[in-house]
Amino acid sequence: MKRRTFTTLATLALIAGMTTPAFAQDVLKVGAVAPKTGPLAGGAAVSYWPNVKLWVEDVNARGGLKVDGKQMKLEVVEYDDQTNPGETIKAVQRLVDQDKAQIVLPPYSTGLNLAAAPIYARYGIPMITSTATTDKAADLSKQFPNVFITLGGAQQIALGAVEALTKLKAKGDIGNKIAMVNVADAFGIELAGVAKPAFEAAGFEIVYESSYPLGTQDLSPVMKGAKAAAPDAFVAFSYPADTFALTEQAVIEDLQVGAFYTAVATAFPGYAKRFGPAIEGVLGIGGVDASSPAFQDYAKRHEAVTGAQPDFWASAVVYSTFQVLEQSIEAVGLDNAKIIDHIKANSFETVIGTLDFDENNNNPSFWTVGQWQGGVFKGIASTGREGAVDPIKKAGWK
Amino acid sequence: MDIIITGLLLGGTYALIAMGLNLQYGMARIMNLANGEMLVAGGFAAFWFYTAGQVSPILTVFLVAPVAFAANWLIYMIFLRPLVKRAKSRGQLEVDAILTTFGLSFVGVGLMLAFFGGDYFSYSYLSVPVHLLGDTYGANRLVAFGAAVAICGALWLWLAYSRMGVSIRAIAVAPDSARLVGIDVRAMAALAFALGGAVTATGGALISTFLTLDASTGVIFTLKALVIVIMGGVGDVRGTVVAALLLGLLETFVASVIDPGLTLAAAYLLFVVILLVRPQGLFGRKTT
Repeated sequence: MKRRTFTTLATLALIAGMTTPAFAQDVLKVGAVAPKTGPLAGGAAVSYWPNVKLWVEDVNARGGLKVDGKQMKLEVVEYDDQTNPGETIKAVQRLVDQDKAQIVLPPYSTGLNLAAAPIYARYGIPMITSTATTDKAADLSKQFPNVFITLGGAQQIALGAVEALTKLKAKGDIGNKIAMVNVADAFGIELAGVAKPAFEAAGFEIVYESSYPLGTQDLSPVMKGAKAAAPDAFVAFSYPADTFALTEQAVIEDLQVGAFYTAVATAFPGYAKRFGPAIEGVLGIGGVDASSPAFQDYAKRHEAVTGAQPDFWASAVVYSTFQVLEQSIEAVGLDNAKIIDHIKANSFETVIGTLDFDENNNNPSFWTVGQWQGGVFKGIASTGREGAVDPIKKAGWK
Repeated sequence: MDIIITGLLLGGTYALIAMGLNLQYGMARIMNLANGEMLVAGGFAAFWFYTAGQVSPILTVFLVAPVAFAANWLIYMIFLRPLVKRAKSRGQLEVDAILTTFGLSFVGVGLMLAFFGGDYFSYSYLSVPVHLLGDTYGANRLVAFGAAVAICGALWLWLAYSRMGVSIRAIAVAPDSARLVGIDVRAMAALAFALGGAVTATGGALISTFLTLDASTGVIFTLKALVIVIMGGVGDVRGTVVAALLLGLLETFVASVIDPGLTLAAAYLLFVVILLVRPQGLFGRKTT
């Protein structure tokens, strides 16, 4: 038995050896780990995986990454972590120890990034997160100086929604009555917790407030309850499936509000495909500077290479963090400590504009709210990004 | 009134989710943990036909059902019949079936991922308001409810009155004795399993008109179906329908009157209470 195993292994090794490209030393192994299955797989399939593919294609099309004067082609090793933090950590260990990946990209989502931060720190890998929202950037960077945050904090995202609605109220587009709902998990509870006092401080009255469990199959009681309270604006800190379901219920119930806000997935191209022109004026989490040539060029390449459109929030941020890594490696080589220092010390030109990290390794300027206007999800509130447009009043659903 | 109708509509959805599993577990004695994947596959077929060729999901059902029937028959023949053959007791078959179908559920997720990608698939079909007794409801939910009534009604009539239906009930009650009266237990079990798969995939195609699915959501539906089947009583169509409606009404009542955050808690409370009072389920037979 043992001998047979050995023979099999030897054969496998031989085959592996023969299929390895002849110029093995000119290939740079890139490791990527994110959900392909599990609850977050749908989001990762939109915002994360296509960008890994696009970035590698882009770099290889240019002839490869320039490391210490040598052009190196990228080769990706992908792992599915099943949306399970334990698997993320195992995959990172495997990428470094067994696959000998020289670059390891950050994982997907807030939870998985935070869970994997210690293992990235142990290996000293620069971890430029692109899909994590956290208000604890200062604590994080103190504990793990290799971690960078680009997508922003939950607090500012909730405050962005308040700011957008306040603007609409000042214009006279909406009154002061708000219906606010949230998905009952860490994300929804945290955002609703920040938004509620901020709405009240801004002179709004919350006439309907409720939460619903993740995976609720019928949200019509929620929408009926909200409608019965006759709000001027509807705000939902929701996840993809409920974003779709709440919007559908709003169409069915013909909820007449001057502002309609849903959170994750509002910026997905699939949202526009499903609801068509009915979503004109819908507000959502995220946003991009849709008019910038850098973004438009990126969106075009994204569609050409991956066959899918990027979303209007995290997609471009994910790609931009790969660009940061790329520029740093070209500047200082593959020494992780040097890369981290280089990222801290410099600012980078990317598809979302200039990325510059503060003393807490945090990108202070990010989009918080966007709005569907004329078939494009345009950024309307940010913490210092350029290209914001004015919010408009939500028209009827038909 | 509004709560009752919304609750009934949700109950109809639940009946669609659970009916197939009831056939597979109750009649064919296969605890199919890959049930949810079959449902998602049905939903994907509807999505694909609708977005690629504007084919109405209601028509797609007539294609999905026979294909799912054939696929499930093959699954039963290839993967599950060997287990049935070698199982010495019902308990052993149950354990083997759970392990096998658990593995199959991963295969299912992997296949769907490979063919369709991991993206959410959602489309808008009949999401127009229908006015009923002074309130509005989604037309797609009404259609799904109508289909649930038709499917469950047809199944019940078939099981209660047709010769084949009686044979299937016989193998559910006493597989060993059924053989003595000339019933081909193996063929009937395969038929019940395949039929269950067809019903599940049909349900998937119908509920995809109003729920957002992706390749990995199957497990959520498997769990819900399991709760409903056990609550209603394994192997009884009426039990599944009653349990599904009860669950739909309760969840809607709690969401509308108390708080939407408590729907899950209420659903599992009902589950626990029923298990305490009637461990065999609402319509279940006492095990001897």
